[in-house]
Amino acid sequence: MDKEKKPYLSAKGVTKSFGFGRQKTVAVDNINLDLYEGEVISIVGESGSGKTTLSKVLLGLINQTSGDVYFQGVKRDISSQARKREYWKNIQAIFQDPFSSYNIFNKIDSVLLDCINMRGGVYFPREKKTEMMIEACSFVNLKFEELTNKYPFELSGGQMQRLMIARIFLLQPKILLADEPTSMIDACSRATILDELMHLRKEVGMTIIFITHDIGLAYYVSDNVYIMEKGRFVESGAADDVILRPKEPYTQRLINDVPKIYEEWDLSTV
Amino acid sequence: MANTMLEVKDLSTKYVTRFNEGVYAVDRVSLKVEEGKSLGIAGESGCGKSTLALSLMGYYFPPLHYMNGDITINGNNISGLKAEDVRKTILGKEVAYIPQAAMNALNPTRKIIHFIEDVILEHEMYVTKKDIYGRAKKLFETLGLPPEVLQKYPVELSGGMKQRTVIAISVMLLPKVLIADEPSSALDVTSQKMVIKMLKHLMEAGFISSMIFITHELPLLYNVVDDIMVMYAGQIVEKGSSHEMVFDPIHPYSKGLMGSIIVPEKGLRDVKLTAIPGVPPNLKKPPAGCRFAERCRFVRPECRVTDVAMREAEHGRMYRCIIPEAELREAYAREEHKNG
Repeated sequence: MDKEKKPYLSAKGVTKSFGFGRQKTVAVDNINLDLYEGEVISIVGESGSGKTTLSKVLLGLINQTSGDVYFQGVKRDISSQARKREYWKNIQAIFQDPFSSYNIFNKIDSVLLDCINMRGGVYFPREKKTEMMIEACSFVNLKFEELTNKYPFELSGGQMQRLMIARIFLLQPKILLADEPTSMIDACSRATILDELMHLRKEVGMTIIFITHDIGLAYYVSDNVYIMEKGRFVESGAADDVILRPKEPYTQRLINDVPKIYEEWDLSTV
Repeated sequence: MANTMLEVKDLSTKYVTRFNEGVYAVDRVSLKVEEGKSLGIAGESGCGKSTLALSLMGYYFPPLHYMNGDITINGNNISGLKAEDVRKTILGKEVAYIPQAAMNALNPTRKIIHFIEDVILEHEMYVTKKDIYGRAKKLFETLGLPPEVLQKYPVELSGGMKQRTVIAISVMLLPKVLIADEPSSALDVTSQKMVIKMLKHLMEAGFISSMIFITHELPLLYNVVDDIMVMYAGQIVEKGSSHEMVFDPIHPYSKGLMGSIIVPEKGLRDVKLTAIPGVPPNLKKPPAGCRFAERCRFVRPECRVTDVAMREAEHGRMYRCIIPEAELREAYAREEHKNG
């Protein structure tokens, strides 16, 4: 990666704590993160390590206690709803649970239609919009004809997650934040989702942040890996370095605990 | 010859929906688990793995219904028994079952020791609470769980500890067969490893004679069980030892499954993941002929005509495909060659 380039999204000393006094919990503790254009990074950690809180801060869904987030070199301003909407044109997310990501009262067509309208700026005639929706659905191997007039609950988990990717394809944000995109679906559909995300990255040239607990997945998709423990990054670097030659004991333990197939899985260490 | 602990012949079960439609979730499944062996069942979600686990216990309650087939546990045929009899005589003593979200099964208002009292008092009449406490404490100590857990409420325990407690409770009466349905899917990697270690310990120490382990995580399955069975749309499509199944699958569906394995090991980044396109068929009206035909790369017209029977391959392996083993292997080799 060209270090001369300006980081696309960067977090400087971001801290988020919940509660006061004795009950104070620091979920994200002084995180510094630089994300360059076209990069794919993964933030790996166990449950309770603060991954999701960090992702919410980066998305602007919750405000940080201290520290700043810079977008394209400029301090992010999300003080009003209109500015938030402007910010969300650049950064979009896929969440863990596809079943709760949709408004249950809206049909699939209107979910996709909203995405086109959200882009703003250009007016599209109705036929063009339908064409775009069909293109987005075929991008993720779904058939648009089968989805029209259906409600989200009529789809399977894998289909919903793929529809999420179709949304991202229509919106074409600069940054995609994928918060455990494959944890609710089984291992076979996981490969499909990952393939489609990587395809999307190639087509649109997107920068992707993966938030995951699955080290195998992080190793497979990302250029850089950040290991998170108790709100801090304990180790970071190129995927090959961190996963194959971990230095920190925490990372070593995490990698040891994942079942392996080529090497022997040592059960005596727990 | 080792004793056969669980033998199932041509077991079929169905769900009946409220519109009186049958969903044929388990279709003519035959399997055999010998003493000291463990069997893994793999497959996509919605292909009948969990239904098979429920059916194996012989404990049927609506909407699940028994159709036909024989279940023999430790020499006793239990098919056709009433659900109430099965619960009293079979569950816990002969077969124990750990459901998917087992830790949510613990009633938050009761202490752990109460669950153990429930289990034992249901099967044995003349025991005192003091005896039960002693037995539970001994069991927990052997399994490496702190005995203080017994006097705690479920909310005081972590997720991994709750799961291990549930497993300990389920083996309290020393069952012959333990059916574990995704016992670790809701846990993080470290707790998962502890659960697996405990299950292996149970086998080695003789608390259980054999185990059936169900999961869609193939690397985990590979490390836990001796034999793997792959299920698709309610049928078994391939059976073999775990090493053979992971590194040398025969059936096109198993091949697709094994191609989706992700492990953090050297060489993973060069491998291209293969995904199986499409979704499993609707089991209300299972397709005639091979059920995998819709999604198969090697589909032939005759695949869709008649049912495909299981065929035998070397080392006692079985697979359900119309194409002979040699031809399938040839096709895989050609594909690999094409991909470089």
